[in-house]
Amino acid sequence: MTTLSYEDVVARYEPVFGLETHVELGTRSKMFCGCSTEFGAEPNTQTCPVCLGLPGALPVVNEVAIESTIKIGLALNCSIATWCRFARKNYFYPDMPKNFQTSQYDEPLCFDGYLDVEVEGKSYRVGIERVHMEEDTGKNTHVGTSGRIHGAEYSLVDFNRAGIPLIEIVTKPVPGAGALAPEVARAYVTELRDILRTLGVSDVRMEQGSLRCDVNTSLNRPGEEWGTRTETKNVNSLRSVERAVRSEIIRQAGLLDAGERILQETRHFSETTGDTRPGRSKEEATDYRYFPEPDLVPVAPDPEWVEKIRAGLPELPAARRARLRDSLGVSDDDMVQMSNAGVVDLVGATVEAGAPVGEARNWWLGYLAQQANSREVEASDLGISPAQVARLIALVADGTLSAGLAKQVVDGVLETGHDVDAVIAERGLQRVSDTGALEQAADEAIAANPDVADKVRGGKLPAVGALVGAVMKATRGQADAAAVKEILLRKLGVSE
Amino acid sequence: MSDLIGLTAAETAEKVASGEVSAVEVAQAHLDRIAAVDGKLNAFLHVDTDGALEAAKAVDAHRASGDQLGPLAGVPLAMKDVVVTKGLPTTSGSKILQGWIPPYDATISKRVKDAGIVMLGKTNMDEFAMGSSTENSAYGPTANPWDLSKIPGGSSGGSSAAVAGFEAPLSIGTDTGGSIRQPAAVTGIVGHKPTYGAVSRYGLIAFSSSLDQAGPFGRTVLDAALLHEVIAGHDRCDSTSIPQPVAPVVAAAREGARGDLSGVRVGVVRELQGEGYQAGVLASFEAAVAKLRELGAQVVEVSCPHFEYALPAYYLIAPSECSSNLARFDSVRYGMRVGDDGVNSLEEVMSLTREAGFGPEVKRRIIIGTYALSSGYYDAYYGQAQKVRTLIVRDFTAAFDQADVLVSPTSPFVAFGLGERVDDPMAMYINDLCTLPASLAGTPAISVPCGLSDGLPVGLQIMAPALADDRCYRVAAAFEAATDRLVPPAEVLA
Repeated sequence: MTTLSYEDVVARYEPVFGLETHVELGTRSKMFCGCSTEFGAEPNTQTCPVCLGLPGALPVVNEVAIESTIKIGLALNCSIATWCRFARKNYFYPDMPKNFQTSQYDEPLCFDGYLDVEVEGKSYRVGIERVHMEEDTGKNTHVGTSGRIHGAEYSLVDFNRAGIPLIEIVTKPVPGAGALAPEVARAYVTELRDILRTLGVSDVRMEQGSLRCDVNTSLNRPGEEWGTRTETKNVNSLRSVERAVRSEIIRQAGLLDAGERILQETRHFSETTGDTRPGRSKEEATDYRYFPEPDLVPVAPDPEWVEKIRAGLPELPAARRARLRDSLGVSDDDMVQMSNAGVVDLVGATVEAGAPVGEARNWWLGYLAQQANSREVEASDLGISPAQVARLIALVADGTLSAGLAKQVVDGVLETGHDVDAVIAERGLQRVSDTGALEQAADEAIAANPDVADKVRGGKLPAVGALVGAVMKATRGQADAAAVKEILLRKLGVSE
Repeated sequence: MSDLIGLTAAETAEKVASGEVSAVEVAQAHLDRIAAVDGKLNAFLHVDTDGALEAAKAVDAHRASGDQLGPLAGVPLAMKDVVVTKGLPTTSGSKILQGWIPPYDATISKRVKDAGIVMLGKTNMDEFAMGSSTENSAYGPTANPWDLSKIPGGSSGGSSAAVAGFEAPLSIGTDTGGSIRQPAAVTGIVGHKPTYGAVSRYGLIAFSSSLDQAGPFGRTVLDAALLHEVIAGHDRCDSTSIPQPVAPVVAAAREGARGDLSGVRVGVVRELQGEGYQAGVLASFEAAVAKLRELGAQVVEVSCPHFEYALPAYYLIAPSECSSNLARFDSVRYGMRVGDDGVNSLEEVMSLTREAGFGPEVKRRIIIGTYALSSGYYDAYYGQAQKVRTLIVRDFTAAFDQADVLVSPTSPFVAFGLGERVDDPMAMYINDLCTLPASLAGTPAISVPCGLSDGLPVGLQIMAPALADDRCYRVAAAFEAATDRLVPPAEVLA
């Protein structure tokens, strides 16, 4: 089968997508017991009879997890159930201590909401089917050549993750995005991630698995009913969401073109190849034998409590963007860029601390974003505050620091954790404006490079750059290059 | 037979508190009795001689240092093996948990220990509490102290036999469909199933979560009430535990013992008598109702038309929940492991383990429950059974408009012969006919001895509305005060 072009495919087929997103909540204790949820501890040290599924142990619901779920539901414009139950999802797997997962089935805590996202200036409404609570499983490590359970020499199970609160957010099918379906899917996950971060309910680190996506995709010809959907698992970055939808659209179109039918199946996304491979078929799927969890009383949030939570919600990203756009005069493009880099709040706070919006934007999207990238942390976790950045911008503006020096100050702040002014003092990073010292350095540079000096005197003005460099080196970069050049040219008796 | 083992729990506690006897002497007397007769009864799966003597010593030390002792301090107790006990083997009567030593205590184990009660050991039971005769234990059946060829009831047959056979004055049982009341009835002792949620289930190895409830056995109503107050009360480790004060059952037992039931309305449930009940059982029951009337009670007949559906509803709900509850026994983290030879796959090891580890009745129920919960059948089976449950609750509500307590025989039969019904599940299941409605409704019910039929004990069941456990104890104590205590023939265990 020849590979079809995406443009060709979306001209002939209409994609429909949907997303199931799992979010690990950032609660301090697990969903049904008091064990710590901290990441990275020694295997099986954060366990107890409950999350190990020992005989006789019983779950008790974490109230903070319920509150977090309600926050998410409200932020996604959902209705909040006044009464709902947990359910058991029964299946055997060694990472499941009880061989059933305590989840919610037909009575989710939050339901019927929506989230609007913008792509290329156009707004798309993604319907939210449900937001429900469940528990995470343990983590298996299969030792042996394949790394999978079949053919493993032996397997290890770490139950530290078992019982960590998980939220599953399920969208309704999203038709009508056409060729932009992959981008809309990505924009939805991006917006969702920002909302979750703003709510403070999860650290939403896709690389650590605290936010994971399954992507459903189907294709139909215009005017026809929706096609059979496939579910692509293992989609664990924003870029992958987009790639997975796109690759599945192309794959399904190839089959439909050939007159074949799409199997309703689970597929796995490969980060390396960017395509999907079949997993187990849904048509022979496990019967999970859901039934209401008899060990837990129903969850019945008091409507007054829900309203209190609603009143306490922070400003959500869309509202914040609108406000910043209006008050700061940031363009839509900038706003998208800032949002993608996760720096909207940081820019806003830097402006509030007194910096001009353009400078604040440039710093957070420029040098600071590079530093965050190379350290593999979010900009907000970089270790420099908006107030410090505003101070830095002010020092550049009044001439105390050059642009180059300012970057060195940032490096110092990140290395030492000290304040901007302290780093300048400790490292002697203020600009050299002592004319006597510069005059002397210029004389020394000319004396040390007689050939270059002659060339300049002979009219080859660009050669002065080498002398400027020598002076800058001598002053450890703290001089103003323009002033140095001026002094050198004067001493050499030439003018620009 | 030492005099100490014939005492009631209340009498024993009094003698220990006054210093007339030491807790160690009491414990030793019971350990000696166990050594002497348990070969015949097989009531105990595990006797904790050292632990019992140590606990008894601690009680004596407390007394010596002038500490106030709890109302049951120094009284020995036998614990059903379904209750998790830290450091003591806990098998739930199953091979699949052979050798498992729990790293934690059930809430009731903790409460019993904290009360200074001396735990003698763990008692035999139908595997995972599934059965009515204790013949489903993986460790051999328990015999009835009235007649060693008869069953002691089940699933808490070890606990009932231990108390009836004077191996312990108190024991703990669990009741899912009648597993405290029916064994109490057929061994001639008192057993109470509390209101669902009155006693914490934390650390009870679950059979059917929405039905399981632990409760006390004693040879007297007061003894059972004293133990009830020790184990009952809210526990935040059990989400279904009731956050309300414990019903004043000890006061009710004392009040009832005065023998006056005037003003108490007693409802006889029309549907829990008649066809299928042994004549001797019905005769004893009728005599008991007459006795209640003599004590001043106003007897009325009530009808609970949906009780006839209790049995089919129960045999869908309980297997459904058990099919899920027992899934954790997979050999991965604890218990038996079979076929782990480096060749068999994980699924094969799980299957081989469950094949070898579970007995036939447990497998039967797992299969029934798996089927009843499966997609396409859920509504017709589990869903329908839950609706029956609601109807039974309504029957109770209507009946309790007319009566303060309801009465019936506890079991349609007296103890039957060991081996008589093992091949006929239905014949076994109808043992629970009278006890199932209160289980499904989550309401409290007590069984108190009400005479003999063919030389074997008959039980009177007294049911009350949810949270009104005290009514069960009051009426039971009044009845007990007006009748002769049943004691098994001494020669059976001589």
